[in-house]
Amino acid sequence: MLHFSKWKALAIVAFSAIICLMVVPSLLSQTAYERLPSFLQRKIVLGLDLQGGSYIVLQVDAAEVRKVRLEQLRDDARRVLRDAKVGYTGLNIQGDQVQVRIRDGQDADAAYTQLRTLAQPIGGAMSATGQLDTDVTRNGNLITLSPTATGVQARTIQAVSQSIEIIRKRIDQLGTTEPSIQRQGADRIQVQVPGLQDPSRLKALLGQTAKLTFRLVDTTMSAQQALQGRPPAGTEVLYSQSEPPVPYLIEQRVLVAGEDLTDAQPSFDPTTREPVVTFRFNTNGARRFAEATQANVGRPFAIVLDNKVISAPVIREPILGGSGQISGSFTVQEANDLAILLRAGALPVPLQVVEERTVGPGLGADSIRAGLVASIVGAAAVALFMIATYGLFGIIAVLAVAVNVGLIFGVLAMLGATLTLPGIAGVVLTVGIAVDSNVLIYERIREEARAGRSAISAIDAGFSRALATILDSNITTFIAAAVLFYIGSGPVRGFAITFGIGIITTVFTAFTLTRLMVAMWVRWRRPQHVPI
Amino acid sequence: MRLLRIVPDDTNFDFMRFRRISFPISALMSIVALVAFLTLGLNFGIDFKGGTLLEVRYPNNTLNIADVRSKLESLELGEVQIQEIGTDGEVLIRVAQQPGGESAQQAVVGKVRAALGDGVEYRRVEVVGPRVSQELLSYGIVGLMLAVFAILIYLWFRFEWQFALGASIANFHDIVLTIGFMAIFQIDFDLTSVAALLTILGYSLNDTIVIYDRIREMLRRYKKMPTDELLNASINSTLSRSVITHVTVTLALLALVLFGGRAIHSFSVTMMFGVVLVGTYTSIFIASPLLIYLGVTTRTLAEKAETKETNAKAERVTP
Repeated sequence: MLHFSKWKALAIVAFSAIICLMVVPSLLSQTAYERLPSFLQRKIVLGLDLQGGSYIVLQVDAAEVRKVRLEQLRDDARRVLRDAKVGYTGLNIQGDQVQVRIRDGQDADAAYTQLRTLAQPIGGAMSATGQLDTDVTRNGNLITLSPTATGVQARTIQAVSQSIEIIRKRIDQLGTTEPSIQRQGADRIQVQVPGLQDPSRLKALLGQTAKLTFRLVDTTMSAQQALQGRPPAGTEVLYSQSEPPVPYLIEQRVLVAGEDLTDAQPSFDPTTREPVVTFRFNTNGARRFAEATQANVGRPFAIVLDNKVISAPVIREPILGGSGQISGSFTVQEANDLAILLRAGALPVPLQVVEERTVGPGLGADSIRAGLVASIVGAAAVALFMIATYGLFGIIAVLAVAVNVGLIFGVLAMLGATLTLPGIAGVVLTVGIAVDSNVLIYERIREEARAGRSAISAIDAGFSRALATILDSNITTFIAAAVLFYIGSGPVRGFAITFGIGIITTVFTAFTLTRLMVAMWVRWRRPQHVPI
Repeated sequence: MRLLRIVPDDTNFDFMRFRRISFPISALMSIVALVAFLTLGLNFGIDFKGGTLLEVRYPNNTLNIADVRSKLESLELGEVQIQEIGTDGEVLIRVAQQPGGESAQQAVVGKVRAALGDGVEYRRVEVVGPRVSQELLSYGIVGLMLAVFAILIYLWFRFEWQFALGASIANFHDIVLTIGFMAIFQIDFDLTSVAALLTILGYSLNDTIVIYDRIREMLRRYKKMPTDELLNASINSTLSRSVITHVTVTLALLALVLFGGRAIHSFSVTMMFGVVLVGTYTSIFIASPLLIYLGVTTRTLAEKAETKETNAKAERVTP
């Protein structure tokens, strides 16, 4: 137990030193850090609770995904039946399905075949499962289309991926440093923005679907009449964004949509001096907008954002240039944000904020200070006690524990892990456990010496017996840490990481460094009795 | 230099006799803990209950609690708790979960910000919606059970089943007492509390295993010693280690309680109770004597160990 070959001893010391040195990049200034070779660019990231910032979790609602899919199916069914020149009635959404009744029984077969093309294989045409995302069934003249559960699930996952891209574009426009946007589980997105103090603007940016459409206003009856009676087929009543909301009767048919925008910028109207958003269409959009405006001069059209009418100007002349402006009595910031939203594109479905945690920079700094003070005081108290109890062996223990803490931070840096306040607590607790391993060894050595062994034999036996116990007890503690890591989120995970790493480094130092230091001392002093 | 010696060499306390006192005491305390849990309940934080928490600071002694209270009451947000913390003009505002789903929770922050106006520092804002809080709670409960189960399996492999069962009962007892403690003192029960409970579990087990390890070793060595005596000898021989380790852990935890800051205060206090007060007591006075009731006797285990050894030998002999 006390014999170390020179090479082995050297390897242990070198290994520990290298791991401890991995913490150095984390301590460098930003410019010095960037000058390091890339394999050394790994450092400990401070958690949002220490450096301040916002943590937001957004959820894609499966019910919303289903709703969007149903609306899409209804519109597609209308298009398909119209193209096939099949007469139908009562095309609408009933609960979880789209229903349509074919007028003429002779057309029903053809309509059924056409509508079945709307069902697509899940995971694209190349997928091997062969499952379809929509069930199409026929009962006489009645055809129903209903999205399958697995289809909705696949669309939810897809919606999360698309949303992450769009959210990234939106947040990048805010000019914040190092935002992190990650998928969390099947239907959630986790957004972390360090340094952000008031996330209300961020939430406003993320909470909007930003689905922009240009549609004609139906002038055959007033919105009031439509509200009292029934709106004509293919129209709906939408309200303006202003206070009090004004109702408009709007055609469901979309002239041009937000997807056809190539650019949007905030600017000022040259005559009224009020903030507006100017936009450009792509070629396709420009052509469709030109055609629509040519055909409808003198009629009002509506600019609709997320089912709210922003403005409803009258088309005075055909707009052929492929660009235009949206005015809706915005503030400068509103115009700015709308431009950001339009540039980034619409979210596939609305997102809901389900969790939000923001820490101001003041509290973060206080927490770092508190964590630091607690660590120093705790370490100093433990060190003093150990030296008072074990003398020279106490000093060895303190050295081993110090290296142990160095190893924890080194490993954290190598993993690029996040250090949180609970993480610091984990380090402090590891100090407790690391000291325990030394206590176990020393007490065992004393016992063996009292049982009548010679000093060297007692030290040897003490190590071999205690190390077995250390292994057993640390494995059980490690199981607890692993479960914590597995189930935990946020703060708990931060604690579990440092605690788990700490247990491993504790076992490592007990088996190598402590043993090596004691072995070197034994070789040097050739003790006759155990000094503890 | 004379070294500090807290526990004298060769102690010979009769720990096993204490079981006639310690078992009733533990039973009583567990009942108190359960009653506290059932009547007072845990002070669930927003992690598990949902809702909004704001930590606000009024600089330069501008804090007027009554004013804050009246401003917030006019918002009609249902149950609102306002608590002054520290002496630096800080208030903790807790707003219960609002009816009306996820977006209703989000609206609370905006309303409170508007009501309190400018000139205040928002040190911390947390909003947990109903869906997330439900999940966090079930994750927490599942996690605790999973941990106990995983540890049980491991111990069963490493020791005899009596030891695994003994350690599990002892640890269950630790968790029950700690939860009772949190109910009685109405300590915030949030995600970090689950972390604290699991750590207490780990520490207490660590301690129990050190003693069990020794018991197993003694069982192999002294096959004829009466069980009581053997358990006593095991505890006595590890007593010095138990005490020294607990002093060091206490020192580390004390530093966390005194200087670790408010953010982890409830964590540190819970750990202090669980690890320092309950953990040590359990390993010595509950976990070890339990082995007697679970049928660990020197004879049965020694025989078992022997058959295992002979089996192993036999296996090695057969080609």
